[in-house]
Order: sequence, then C-alpha cells, then structure tokens
Amino acid sequence: MKKEWPIWEVFIRTKNGLEHRHIGSLHAADSTMAIENARDVYTRRQEGVSIWVVESINISASNPSNSDSLFDPAIDKAYRHPTFYKLPEGVKHI
Amino acid sequence: MQDLEKDFQDRIDRGEVIEPRDWMPEKYRKTHIRQISQHAHSEIVGMLPEGNWLTRTPTLRRKVALLAKVQDEAGHGLYLYSAAETLGISRDELFEQLNAGKAKYSSIFNYPTLSWADIGIIGWLVDGAAIINQVMLTRTSYGPYARAMVKICKEESFHQRQGFEIMMTLCNGTAVQKQMAQDSLNRWWWPSLMMFGPPDAESTHTEQSMKWKIKLKTNDELRQQMVDVTVEQAKVLGLTMPDPDIKWNEERGHYDFGEIDWEEFWQVVKGYGPCNKERLAARNKAWDEGAWVREAAVAYAEKQAAKRTQAIAV
Ligand SMILES: [Fe+2]
Ligand SMILES: [Fe+2]
Repeated sequence: MKKEWPIWEVFIRTKNGLEHRHIGSLHAADSTMAIENARDVYTRRQEGVSIWVVESINISASNPSNSDSLFDPAIDKAYRHPTFYKLPEGVKHI
Repeated sequence: MQDLEKDFQDRIDRGEVIEPRDWMPEKYRKTHIRQISQHAHSEIVGMLPEGNWLTRTPTLRRKVALLAKVQDEAGHGLYLYSAAETLGISRDELFEQLNAGKAKYSSIFNYPTLSWADIGIIGWLVDGAAIINQVMLTRTSYGPYARAMVKICKEESFHQRQGFEIMMTLCNGTAVQKQMAQDSLNRWWWPSLMMFGPPDAESTHTEQSMKWKIKLKTNDELRQQMVDVTVEQAKVLGLTMPDPDIKWNEERGHYDFGEIDWEEFWQVVKGYGPCNKERLAARNKAWDEGAWVREAAVAYAEKQAAKRTQAIAV
C-alpha cells in the first residue's frame, strides 16, 4: 500500500484581535495530525494563538487567466474611493 | 507561444511576482522544481552532520540550542518542499529522487563532523553562507519560494549566532580548544566557499536564472560577500584564515582570496565526497523504516472517517 498523506492549507491567527492568515501548507493523514504538525512547523516561536487547517482539495480558486474579466468591473469606479470627492480647503475631520 | 513568453518576461522585468497558477514557461517551472527541491533536500540532509553531535554536546545549554536549530532545519525543508509542490510535483516524488541519488543537495553536507568545533563552524560558516544566499532569494520572482525564504531568514540568524558563540568559547578556552577551532576552520573554509557553486564563467544556469530573477546575484558575487564578512569575523575570534592569498584589495574594496580546488567540488557533487554514501543511506533508512508509520496513519484516518460517515447515516 502506498498512499501519500493529503495536503492541508494552514491558517494562523498570530494574536487575538487579528484574522487568521494563510501561512503555508503541509501533509497530514487527518485534521488532528494537520493541526499538530502545523503547531510544530509554523508556531515554534509563539507565532500563533489559533490554527485553522483545511484540506487543499476543498479550496476553490479563481483562475488567473480570467483575472481581467473577473476584476475589471472595479477599474472604472473611482467614486468608491474618498479621493474622488472634492472638498473645499479648510474642512476638517472628514 | 512566443507572445506568452514575452509577456512573462515583461512581467518579470516589471518586478511582478509569479504565483503557482500563473502561466509560466515550462523551463521556468522545471528550473524552479530543480532548484527549490535541491534547496529542500539540503535542509533535510543538513540535519545529519549536526545530528551526529546531538547526544554529545558539552552542556545542556548547547544541547537545547542545537536541538532547536536542527528542528528549524526540518521546518525549512518542509517549507521548501511545499513551495516545490505548488509547481506540480508530489512530495513522494521529491523524496524518491533524493533517496535514489538522482537529486542533488548542497555538497557541504557530505563532509564529516569530526569534532565539537565542527558544530560551531557549521553554524558560523555554513549557515552564514546559506543566509547570504537566502537573503538574496527573498526577492526571487517565484512567490511561494520567496515567501518560504522570508520565513527561513527570520529563523537563520540564531543558527549563525549559536555557531559563532561556540567558536568564541573555544577560542577563549585552552590552547587545545583553540587548536580544535582552528583545525575545524581549516577543514571547512574551502568547502563553505564552494557552497556558492561553480565560478560564473563555468556556471551553466546563471544567465537564464538572472534573466528570470531566480537569482539576483551571481555565484562569484555572493562568494566575495562571504569572504569579506568572514575574514573580519575570524579576526574577532583570533583565528587564521587557511588561505595565504587573502589580502585586502584597496582598489576593489574587497578581500582577494586564493584559487578554489574545483576538482574537489566536482568530485563531491558527483558522489565521491567523504560522506555521500552515508548520507544517502541514512535518508533511505529513515524513509524505509518510517513506512509503517505513514501507512498506519492513513489506515487510522480512513477508519475514523468511515466511522463518522456511519454515525451520520444512523
Ligand atoms: Fe536552514
Ligand atoms: Fe540554518
């Protein structure tokens, strides 16, 4: 029998108040082992207070070759940014 | 096809980072798989010469430090294997290439650690050389490789410091201890200069690697950097560099140094170094004897998963 352990993506919250961020991936037979391995591989110097793991095959990703059509609706919408709006000199706290 | 390659080169020239699912020339992919996996193998095989002294450290302080360092190297190997896997090769394939002797790893790890001073030297010179190379690679064009390098560089500096501290202690010790340190420097200095690879004039990959920003400095530039910093550090230790040609060159603003024995380098690369066989045998033993653990973990995971589905069905 020869079966490779699946790949897991690892997300770490570096401290309470911050979001979990993708830090890397690793191999593990199941989620318990994935969390233990993530502890050893990615938090040897107290880099985290919480770990999420998810098997890589469960992640759906956008396709980079479709990036233009996917993201271009946002290109011409400068009015979504505060700098689009003109204010007279001297107006404060806005 | 032509256009895709031109667009790709333009992206690199603009300083953009390439990510796993982006289009890339097949040769860029292959070169990266080769380079990242060689780097990963070096971290893993690199644990062996140091592991040799784990049970024989002079103090407990040295032991916890060395254990932590060796564990970091395992971590570095894992970060790098993960980066290589984003290019479409599996972990098992990578291990198989290493175990079959088909993959290369840094030739420095084919030298034996004969004395405790060698552990100091590895931290000081081998990790020192690795840091010079890896700092450059934090700006390499392939995203996962660059990110792995950032993590690795954060961890490396303690490795070099613990090595330098070992050297410092020996150099401030008895005459015999100082001699041990000098002997170790004599044996490891030249192999650590070889770590940067063949001279630019003979390096087959350099030109393309620079064009794709896989490398940002040439082997000779990095080697010079190593010579310049090490000569100064050796002065602090009071050790003599084992190269009579080392001399400050005012005009170049660098230290000149002697001719490297490239014949020795190629011998070790081709498998005829002092420990090549031993290193490969150790890796194969670990892989073979760990097979039942890998298989048992899979069997357990499958059983647990089956139990869960059953519980849901009920
Ligand atoms: Fe390392
Ligand atoms: Fe290191």
